[in-house]
Amino acid sequence: MQTRIERLRKGSFETLPGISIERALLLTEFYKAHAGRHSTPVMRAKVFKYLCENKSIYIGDDELIVGERGPFPKAVSTFPELNCHTTEDLRILNDRSMTSFTISDADIETYAQKVLPYWQGRSMRDRVFSNVPEDWKNAYEAGMFTEFMEQRAAGHTCLDGTIYRKGMLDFKKEIALSLAGLDYLSDPEATEKAETLKAMDIACDAAIIFAERHADLAEQLARSEHDQNRKNELQKIAAVCRRVPANAPRSFWEAIQMYWFVHLGTITELNGWDAMNPGHLDQHLYPFYQSDLEQSTITQEIAKELISCFWIKVNNHPAPPKVGVTAKESGTYNDFTNINLGGLKRDGSDGVNDVSYIILEVINELHLLQPQSNVQISEKTPNRFLKAACKVIRKGYGYPSVFNADEVVMEQIRVGKTIEDAREGGCSGCIETGAFGKEAYILTGYLNVPKVLELALNNGRDPVSGKQIGIETGDPLQFKDFEALYTAFQKQLETIVNSKIRVNNYIERMFAAHAPAPFLSVVINDCIKKGRDYYNGGPRYNTNYIQCCGIGTITDSLSAIKKHIYEDQNFTMAQLLDTLKNNFEGNEKLRLKLTNKTPFFGNDDDRADKLMQRVYASLFDIIDGKPNTKGTTYHINMLSTTCHIYFGKMLGATPNGRFSGMPISDGTSPSHGADRNGPTAVIKSLSKMDQVKSGGTLLNQKFLPSLLENEAGITKLMHLIRTYFKLNGHHIQFNVVDKAMLRDAQTSPDEYRNLLVRVAGYSDYFVDLDIDHQEEIIARTEINMV
Amino acid sequence: MTALIKGKIFDIKKYAIHDGPGIRTTVFLKDCPLYCWWCHNPDGLYKAPKVVYDAHPCIGCGDCLETCPAGAISSSSSGLVTDNQLCAACGQCVDICSASARQIAEQVLTISQLMDIIHQDILFYDESGGGVTFSGGEPLLQAEFLIEALSACGQREIHRVVDTSGYASKTTIEKVAKHTDLFLYDLKCIDSQRHRQYTGVSNKIILDNLVSLHDSGANVIVRIPLIPGFNDDAESISLIHGFLRPLVGIHEIHILPYHEYQKNKYCKLGIPYLAGHVSPPTQAYLFNLVKAFEKDGCQVSLGG
Repeated sequence: MQTRIERLRKGSFETLPGISIERALLLTEFYKAHAGRHSTPVMRAKVFKYLCENKSIYIGDDELIVGERGPFPKAVSTFPELNCHTTEDLRILNDRSMTSFTISDADIETYAQKVLPYWQGRSMRDRVFSNVPEDWKNAYEAGMFTEFMEQRAAGHTCLDGTIYRKGMLDFKKEIALSLAGLDYLSDPEATEKAETLKAMDIACDAAIIFAERHADLAEQLARSEHDQNRKNELQKIAAVCRRVPANAPRSFWEAIQMYWFVHLGTITELNGWDAMNPGHLDQHLYPFYQSDLEQSTITQEIAKELISCFWIKVNNHPAPPKVGVTAKESGTYNDFTNINLGGLKRDGSDGVNDVSYIILEVINELHLLQPQSNVQISEKTPNRFLKAACKVIRKGYGYPSVFNADEVVMEQIRVGKTIEDAREGGCSGCIETGAFGKEAYILTGYLNVPKVLELALNNGRDPVSGKQIGIETGDPLQFKDFEALYTAFQKQLETIVNSKIRVNNYIERMFAAHAPAPFLSVVINDCIKKGRDYYNGGPRYNTNYIQCCGIGTITDSLSAIKKHIYEDQNFTMAQLLDTLKNNFEGNEKLRLKLTNKTPFFGNDDDRADKLMQRVYASLFDIIDGKPNTKGTTYHINMLSTTCHIYFGKMLGATPNGRFSGMPISDGTSPSHGADRNGPTAVIKSLSKMDQVKSGGTLLNQKFLPSLLENEAGITKLMHLIRTYFKLNGHHIQFNVVDKAMLRDAQTSPDEYRNLLVRVAGYSDYFVDLDIDHQEEIIARTEINMV
Repeated sequence: MTALIKGKIFDIKKYAIHDGPGIRTTVFLKDCPLYCWWCHNPDGLYKAPKVVYDAHPCIGCGDCLETCPAGAISSSSSGLVTDNQLCAACGQCVDICSASARQIAEQVLTISQLMDIIHQDILFYDESGGGVTFSGGEPLLQAEFLIEALSACGQREIHRVVDTSGYASKTTIEKVAKHTDLFLYDLKCIDSQRHRQYTGVSNKIILDNLVSLHDSGANVIVRIPLIPGFNDDAESISLIHGFLRPLVGIHEIHILPYHEYQKNKYCKLGIPYLAGHVSPPTQAYLFNLVKAFEKDGCQVSLGG
């Protein structure tokens, strides 16, 4: 590792995340002076410009890639227009032991005086919550589902190659053309579109100003710099910032800086989920790498250094702090930028290039929390690339995760995208499929599927809160067979999903009307052409996902009921319900019977796997195709991120022998300990899920390092992956750690600060996880071969 | 004919990655003519079904005690005890046990039932160049079943490995060889007296069969279980060298160092463990041993 990178990396590790109130102060100042003078899109663009003109500019020692959202690294902005943290929230963030954010008493005081009075009652969150129906609120509070847009803007935004071909000045020309083409005579939306386009134009100016200010600072620093090398670097930085983002980049360095300015613009404008994502970074950078090499203006080492600088930049931007339910289900600094490597090119050829390998080296050397990375493996991907990735996986950082690029394409074709756009797409966030640079694929929230069964087993009443959450589907003691129970489950599912979608659609309109994203709209195709904002159907494709959690838990629970109550009649429904109510207390024998004598998902056993298929089909039938507010539809997604822990806490004991409060199964993985036939059986079970009908599935596998220490072990891991993908698996990821190491990390966290583990669709520092998450990681099935 | 033959199997392991090339399913056939002190799979030693009891998950509910028609289970201060003399391995205690603390290490399968299981992972074999490994126990003891199973695999072009002690009649091994793609052939020691002492049988048939397999052109990987105090002395090793040297068709040797992971299996079976005093060989020793065999031009690996 270059010494520069070592220093930057060390700084990144050692700097603690804190809250910067700068953005909130500037924003509030601007709103106080200008609210009501402009249309909403123009107002939002002007706010963005005001921020770009006035926020502190930072260029750190050693930096080559420049720009921060806050005044300095790891200083995280707040977004009071969406979610206004109370002083109590801020104190909790400062004081809590996990994922804390430092903030001084003086800043809290300033916040209380200058920010809070303006935004309380006006923030998106306050407005949303004041206007949701009671049944939704009850279900939300009971942990039936979560809501993604209640405190962060919808995100999962990923770019294609457009920004490497066009600068802001080019976009401005396109905007002008689109404005000129508006038809005020026959298009009733022309005025609205004009405002949206004007806003985009202002946003382009804002981004240019932001870069120019960096160029000014770099020049100023260069003048007083005594070290000639650094002086040259600062002059180079200034030149790069004068060039991009105003114009398209010409060199490798400019290309990375271009992306970074766009990234910063997006996460300054709003706090969309999953920050921003360059998508197929290796493919985007490769032409610049090639031409720089030809002109001898770059070496592999320099390219690696620049990529490393960029990697550290992303790591210096922790996710904005969350509150309430969302903080409970997603307590992490990770902001989920997930960079795709390999995959396919637009024309269908293999996307792996030299930059892909360089990036793998960077990942291997830096092992930072952010950005996440994944490899997209198609039939055309060379084995040597998969092998290089497996060698990084073996290190146990939890990344790169591995995706099936061919399946990712198929998923998109199924929902009507063009083959080229689908190939240019990939996976972002954790495992979510989207057409990069052309789609708003919005996660709307997680759905607690095992809890839907709990409703069916309690005639619509939530046994945890005691409230009637679902509809009355009958006394379960009267269900004469398994079919009667399943019908009740389906009815509850339909009710809960409808309740969720109803509010999703409402919030979606709130964002379209009150929180447009003019800058983001500039860089996502076809917002300019349509004259529509990113949140209002501007992108070429618009998808809403509901993330269905706990397929393992629900399958195993249904399997237990089917076998023990209706088939073998080992005990009655009354006995089961009574035992569940008492959390198995005094009846460990019954619990063990459920755990040990039931066919479970993950063993290539059709008795269980067919039930999984049935639940999956129900989820699909009820969710897929429901209209959103942008003329397109909802689809299912099968990830849980870390929400299975929160959902588990909100769920009573379940018929698969799971105790009340324990996590439900993660992603599409089998329940913890349920898979007992090794990884091939897990893969076979997963392959029975028609994954192409989803927007992504997530399979966690835990490997001990000993399995992968030699070439043969690596090769067999590759075979496992390739076979899963032949069977249409979407995603697989590996935790390579052993239990003893994790236990040791729990007792001496200081020695394991750098221990990264795969949590869900991402990795996190093990010692930063709370005890529940740590236990859950330990409990995930180990494939321990002797 | 085929439909009637049944095999006694004590375990089937998927994603077996140390029993031959690629990703494999290993089928462990019951019963063995040898009784090696260090046997890693003691659950395969018996012809008759045997109840295995694991005290760890047992919650002491006593259901098994009440269920056992033979009255073979009793409660003692150290937990539940099964009288192996009285136990008929009827399996009723296994069915009733909620904790799955009691198991019978035996499945009796027809060829078609076994093939269904083997078929489940066929794509993994295709991808990895893997297949099926028949191990044991001593798979050649159930020769008729083994040959049928091998031939069924052959019909579907599934790669077949037989992991054997070599202790079988020449005719049997010749028949099996016709349906086998690769033998993993155990070579324990050359000194017949010592072989008898530690395994219960003479090694004459074993050595003869190895030579004749070699001469017939069969694919053979020799596996040497390295047991300190039995075959790790200079003389034993030198004898093995000497025996293998003329067998020029054998290119690959696996050294399987003694380990102690199987100790617990003996405990669960309620049988004495004869190699309790043995410690695993040191890494330095193994390193030198590998070098020594490599000098003979063989590819040598530790473990499978």
